[in-house]
Amino acid sequence: MADTQSVTAPPSRIAIAGNPNSGKTTLFNALTGLRQKVANYPGVTVEKREGEIAGLNITLLDLPGTYSLTARSPDEQIARDVIQGRLEGVPRPDGILIVVDAANLERNLYLATQILDFGWPVVIACTMSDLAAENGLHIDYARLSMELGVPVVPVVASKGVGLDELRHALTRLTKHAERARPWPLEPAFEEAVEHVATCVNQCNALPPHATRAGALLWLMDFLSGEQGSRSSAERFLAKLPTGCAQSIRSAAGTLAAKHGDAPASAIEARYRWISELTRRVVTGPNEAGTITRSDRLDRLLTHKVFGLVIFAAVMFGLFASIFWWAEPLMGLIESAQNAVSAGVRRVMPDGPLQSLLTDGLITGVGAVVSFFPQICILFFCLGVLEDTGYMARAAFLMDRLMSRVGLHGKSFIPLLSSYACAIPGILATRTIESTRDRFTTILIAPLMSCSARLPVYLIVIGAVFGERTIVKAGLMFGLYALGTITALVMALVFKRTIFAGPRPPFIMELPPYRLPRLRTLILTTWERSRLFLTNAGTTIVAVCIVLWALTYFPRMSAAQGEAAVKALPAAQTEGPSRADVLASEQLRQSYMGRLGHAIEPVMKPIGLDWRMGVGILSSFLAREVFVGAMGITFAVGDPEQHGDTLRDQMAAATWPDGRRVLGVAAACSLLVFYVFACQCISTLAVVRKETGSWRWPAFMFAYMTVLAYVAALLVYQVGTRIMGGA
Amino acid sequence: MPTTVIHKQAVSDLQPGQQGNIVAVSGPAEIRHRLLEMGLTPGTRVELIRVAPMGDPVEIRVRGYRLSLRKSEASAVRIDAA
Repeated sequence: MADTQSVTAPPSRIAIAGNPNSGKTTLFNALTGLRQKVANYPGVTVEKREGEIAGLNITLLDLPGTYSLTARSPDEQIARDVIQGRLEGVPRPDGILIVVDAANLERNLYLATQILDFGWPVVIACTMSDLAAENGLHIDYARLSMELGVPVVPVVASKGVGLDELRHALTRLTKHAERARPWPLEPAFEEAVEHVATCVNQCNALPPHATRAGALLWLMDFLSGEQGSRSSAERFLAKLPTGCAQSIRSAAGTLAAKHGDAPASAIEARYRWISELTRRVVTGPNEAGTITRSDRLDRLLTHKVFGLVIFAAVMFGLFASIFWWAEPLMGLIESAQNAVSAGVRRVMPDGPLQSLLTDGLITGVGAVVSFFPQICILFFCLGVLEDTGYMARAAFLMDRLMSRVGLHGKSFIPLLSSYACAIPGILATRTIESTRDRFTTILIAPLMSCSARLPVYLIVIGAVFGERTIVKAGLMFGLYALGTITALVMALVFKRTIFAGPRPPFIMELPPYRLPRLRTLILTTWERSRLFLTNAGTTIVAVCIVLWALTYFPRMSAAQGEAAVKALPAAQTEGPSRADVLASEQLRQSYMGRLGHAIEPVMKPIGLDWRMGVGILSSFLAREVFVGAMGITFAVGDPEQHGDTLRDQMAAATWPDGRRVLGVAAACSLLVFYVFACQCISTLAVVRKETGSWRWPAFMFAYMTVLAYVAALLVYQVGTRIMGGA
Repeated sequence: MPTTVIHKQAVSDLQPGQQGNIVAVSGPAEIRHRLLEMGLTPGTRVELIRVAPMGDPVEIRVRGYRLSLRKSEASAVRIDAA
């Protein structure tokens, strides 16, 4: 089956469409192997995957998995625009490969026949043909092909069965031609479709073979009463000449007046035809009696008791793997970063350029890369949950709990992941279809205490509560609980205010359990993680450099440094080293230090002095930087080596009038501030990428900071009154 | 006036293992259309497979696949008790 086209001919572009869980991605990977690249469609976080079929001069474009072409979600909108040849930046496909799950033929044929209507050259691949046979279904593929008028190839993508036939069919695509819809709509509806199609034809908005299908779909969107579909229909009209648009609008109005629910009648008519078709094509046992392997597994995994126990174990495993597997890797990255910095310091003279490279650029890149292991591991684990089919069960089990705060079962795993790190948690919200639910989940995810807060909690609790283990443990638990409860309360608040609206439905397929394919898992993990590096990474590095400049400039004079060293009590023999004091003095008089002083009036009511202020400001790099910044301001050098010293220094810090700064009330205030405050530039950068504007990260930052400040103020003011200024 | 009372119920009223034929899908248009597109059209047979451990949502079998719905959505799918 050698390529007969000349090598210089442009590759033919084939879009691959199908239902979610239809085995589309497995087939895509089987056809393209490693020759693929992943990006996002312009303006949305919908994955765009393209690949080459070796030796065939064909480019495959993987469309998002959807159940229909109705344009409710961004996924459906994109699938539909590509199929209509209307998506900007994506050329019209030369043909479409429709993936149909043979074990679930009827529902899969709904989307397939919607696409067939458009008249593109089509090849249908029936995946899971082995599973269908195992379930006792006998499918007459030749008959199906004849009835639909397109080639139908049964495949088992994971075992390579049928792939040669499929490749062969893809090289012999037929011409574009209108395919007459084999079932009628109600007369008024047919009339409206004809009218709209004529108008669309006149202004050339769609290729001729696609106008009737486009007209039907447009009418269904326009009359659906659903906001997303309606606005998509309006966008289509907006691009047409006014007269044409008006004529189309009036046709839709006439249809709506004659028919109460036109879209429903069209859906029912299509399904009626599909049911008749499958009755002719499929023979098998009456499915009511069949109990599949997957059903037996489900009896255990969604069991009232065992189901929940297993779920808790799986979630613990997920959590532990992000938390613990990433630690050693992050340690490695940190040592690598230190080694590179040390190397730069050796070969370069001291000065602004050296400092920019080591403390700015390398720290910034390090901040990005140190998230990388967590993100890779989380994407891998999520991939396993997704590909096995357990993800849908998790949502099924947890929906009741999440719906109490107005969220969806699918919000559970992103929120749980956020205990490790909000970034992978936020990236994991992509599976939530409703934008309102998704954005609510994103906005509350950073309230879950992530692993970066842990060092801050540890050092502050250690500084104040010393060896009282029970108090320390209780406090730690309290901080995690505080973040969690507040997150759930905020979810309720957001769902009642900025994201108020009808509760989005929970209509979710429970796909059969499957064994995941390691190659697919590794591929998707790598591609998604790489997207994070390139997308959010640049912003994070840029902000790190700005923060570096704030601490580096202006430089202190030599006299200032000497004065600071001399000011030390001479009696101190084990006091801080000269270098530590100089570093501390530089920070004190830098822009960052000045900012710290400037915000001291705001910090005082919550019981903190300028040094904690600097710590909080530098925490925006990432919270764990707090400990390092404290190390510099208290001039104890490397806090890794002098952790105890830092703790003692912080515990001993006093206000000018001699009162201790970090009393119980102030410490609690600082801790509460850290629970709530959104001090993570990386999270904000990811939110910007995921929501498509700076509006949401700005809002997130604002509400969390206000929450943090008010809570800290309350804790400190009430605390000092109860304890009399302790 | 109808002389016989046709006892109609919804998918949400089924016990696990019970089946019924869909007679109509009610509720707001956007949910109704989605349910229809997922294959819950009048005349289709549905079986309630199980209720989630916390009492909601439910899992049904329709057109040979498994779908989960909240009880509030399932109550919009009217059936003839079979």
